[in-house]
Amino acid sequence: MENKWFTISVYSENNVGLLNRISGIFLKRHINIESLNVSKSEIDDVSKFTIVAHTTEKWVHNIVGQIEKQIEVIKAYYHTDDETIYQESALFKIASGLLFDERQIQNIIKDNNAQIVTVSRDFFVIAKSGRRSEIDEMHDQLKPYGIMQFVRSGRISVTKDEMKISSILKEF
Amino acid sequence: METVKEKKKGTDSKKTIKISGAEAIIHCLLAEGVETMYGYPGGAIMPVYDELYKFQDKLTHILTRHEQGATHAAQGYARVSGRVGVAIATSGPGATNLVTGLADAQIDSTPMVCITGQVTRQLLGTDAFQETDIIGISTPVTKWNYQITEASEIPEVMAKAFYIAKSGRPGPVLIDITKNAQIDAFDFSYEKCTAVRSYKPVPKPKMSAIQAAADLINSAKKPFIVWGQGVILGQAEQELKELVEKAGIPAAWTIMGASALDTAHPLNVGMVGMHGNYGPNLMTNECDLLIAIGMRFDDRVTGRLEDYAKQAKVIHFEIDPAEINKNVHADVAVLGNSKDTLGLLLPLINENKHESWHNIFKEKYKIEFDTIIKNDIHPTKEGLTMGEVIEEINLASNNKAVIVSDVGQHQMIACRYAKFSQSKSNITSGGLGTMGFALPAAIGAKMGAMDREVVAIIGDGGYQMTIQELGVIFQHKVPVKIVVLNNEHLGMVRQWQELFFEKRYASTVMVNPDFVKIAEGYSIEAKRISERKDLKSTIQEMMASKEPYFLEVKVEQEDNVFPMIPSGASVSEVRLK
Repeated sequence: MENKWFTISVYSENNVGLLNRISGIFLKRHINIESLNVSKSEIDDVSKFTIVAHTTEKWVHNIVGQIEKQIEVIKAYYHTDDETIYQESALFKIASGLLFDERQIQNIIKDNNAQIVTVSRDFFVIAKSGRRSEIDEMHDQLKPYGIMQFVRSGRISVTKDEMKISSILKEF
Repeated sequence: METVKEKKKGTDSKKTIKISGAEAIIHCLLAEGVETMYGYPGGAIMPVYDELYKFQDKLTHILTRHEQGATHAAQGYARVSGRVGVAIATSGPGATNLVTGLADAQIDSTPMVCITGQVTRQLLGTDAFQETDIIGISTPVTKWNYQITEASEIPEVMAKAFYIAKSGRPGPVLIDITKNAQIDAFDFSYEKCTAVRSYKPVPKPKMSAIQAAADLINSAKKPFIVWGQGVILGQAEQELKELVEKAGIPAAWTIMGASALDTAHPLNVGMVGMHGNYGPNLMTNECDLLIAIGMRFDDRVTGRLEDYAKQAKVIHFEIDPAEINKNVHADVAVLGNSKDTLGLLLPLINENKHESWHNIFKEKYKIEFDTIIKNDIHPTKEGLTMGEVIEEINLASNNKAVIVSDVGQHQMIACRYAKFSQSKSNITSGGLGTMGFALPAAIGAKMGAMDREVVAIIGDGGYQMTIQELGVIFQHKVPVKIVVLNNEHLGMVRQWQELFFEKRYASTVMVNPDFVKIAEGYSIEAKRISERKDLKSTIQEMMASKEPYFLEVKVEQEDNVFPMIPSGASVSEVRLK
């Protein structure tokens, strides 16, 4: 079975220690978490983990089963990329001088649909959201001019299909 | 802890009393029906021990000689009684010493609640004396764990702990309680937990799946049942028996499932797995329908997965959805408690007999009997065999004893040859293979079933891993029968070295102390035998004794356990020698 990219979505109670439980399930199977995001979800008091892993369907099935078994997990799903709408966000910190000295940087910002978040005397910050490849491309374009700091978030995603969490919760 | 708070009902009229967290813990245990617990005191758990002192007429605390012993005793207690076992320890090393027992209970689905003391809340994260992150350490080996840092959390969390430990697929829960939470007073009231919104312990059986299973069973020509501990945990022994009899299906067991069906039942064809019976292993790859009930296709059961029952349709009766298609693909998965699902299945099953199919098992048994079993239980050679010792125990106990085995050759022999006439009688460390399990587990088993004979079968290696628990037997006069089958080796590892490592016996030869003297040091009646002429009478004497009894049997040093499916081989490649 070939490795593929999977996005695992976990709806859970908001508890200390649950992240440790979930990451431990990957650790036990020697499978790397490629990215991880935890946020609130569409339901009050329910958290959502979005985990990206590059593995086989057999393993992702096994992992999701084990995640769902955790007491505080309400429901876990896995999806392939074409079943989800997904994005990542990145921040680039660039020396301020470049904004004025290098006209090309302004073109890069415009061409990539990125925004300038803040400008100070020493540096400015560009925010870019999109697919990993788009962010990587912009990174490559800015690199020759010097990037003071770079950070990219974990994937966030929503599925094309419905996730019936509310009805699951109503059963209780 | 939002879930717990949500469940807290606003019943203002409910009676509360202002007590310390430590006293509250005792009230929680009493409310959950706990009568016996096992543990070891220390600094961070002293307030609870102070309350145990005050409540000793209501709650028996057994001081084990090591915290690991407390967990195994709690497991033994839980496994014979079906109740939740309770172990308690202090922070730091007390807590880390629980880890082996937690892991054992996790993999063998044993309901257990462990309580650990923790440094006071203000000291968390300061590397305080005996501070250890037991929540982090125990996470992978617990069904659930939680750290209580405020006294007011105690009732809800304790109620949830017991509910989670025993519901659905059971497992161990660890509750870590900071010292301030034990000392502080609060308004106590207790309400049992009956639901947690994010936790569905028992999936609802689907009639469509049960009908599909019935159709497969009714049309199968060579059906074969393999059952596991799920039958015992689900209390489905009677339903299993009815299914086996009504449909006339040969049925075999994993070691965790042993004793759910009488050994003498004509359709009980024996044990599957690495040292299981010849017929059941071979026929796994000959059947046209494999009916797995409450078992999880452990690698020691399946051998090489790529060649496991590929010719057969598979029905998997299981309570834990994560087990479905984990190792073996299920053509029909029937989720739910085994008692419920088998109960629903039975009316849909046609009466049948599969005599010619069953006869193949009998033929294979005859081959196994002639080449292995006969020599194991009725040996003609000079040295004593482990098998004949087990056979004598069967005879002396009328197949009614609880057999607690440790891990290794003697365990396989005990599971192969012990005869059971009632459920919950085979207590062993199945999944984790924890040497040192048997002695403390036997103590717990005896306390959980005082009306039953409990015989611990232990190797000379495993015995010395928890030998200190003789102190408990001595102090509390626990009338367990301890049989050490001494072959002066770590027998199973030696067997592998002989077969697969060209007899390089690296660190498997044991130079043992005088076990009889050690037992006598604890005032336990003790005997050693090494000749066949003494075997029957000594075992009869042991079984007749009302006191603790230690028996060392010097057995053949280099006997091997067969049949054997070598590691990584297929069940079809089971070896008779």
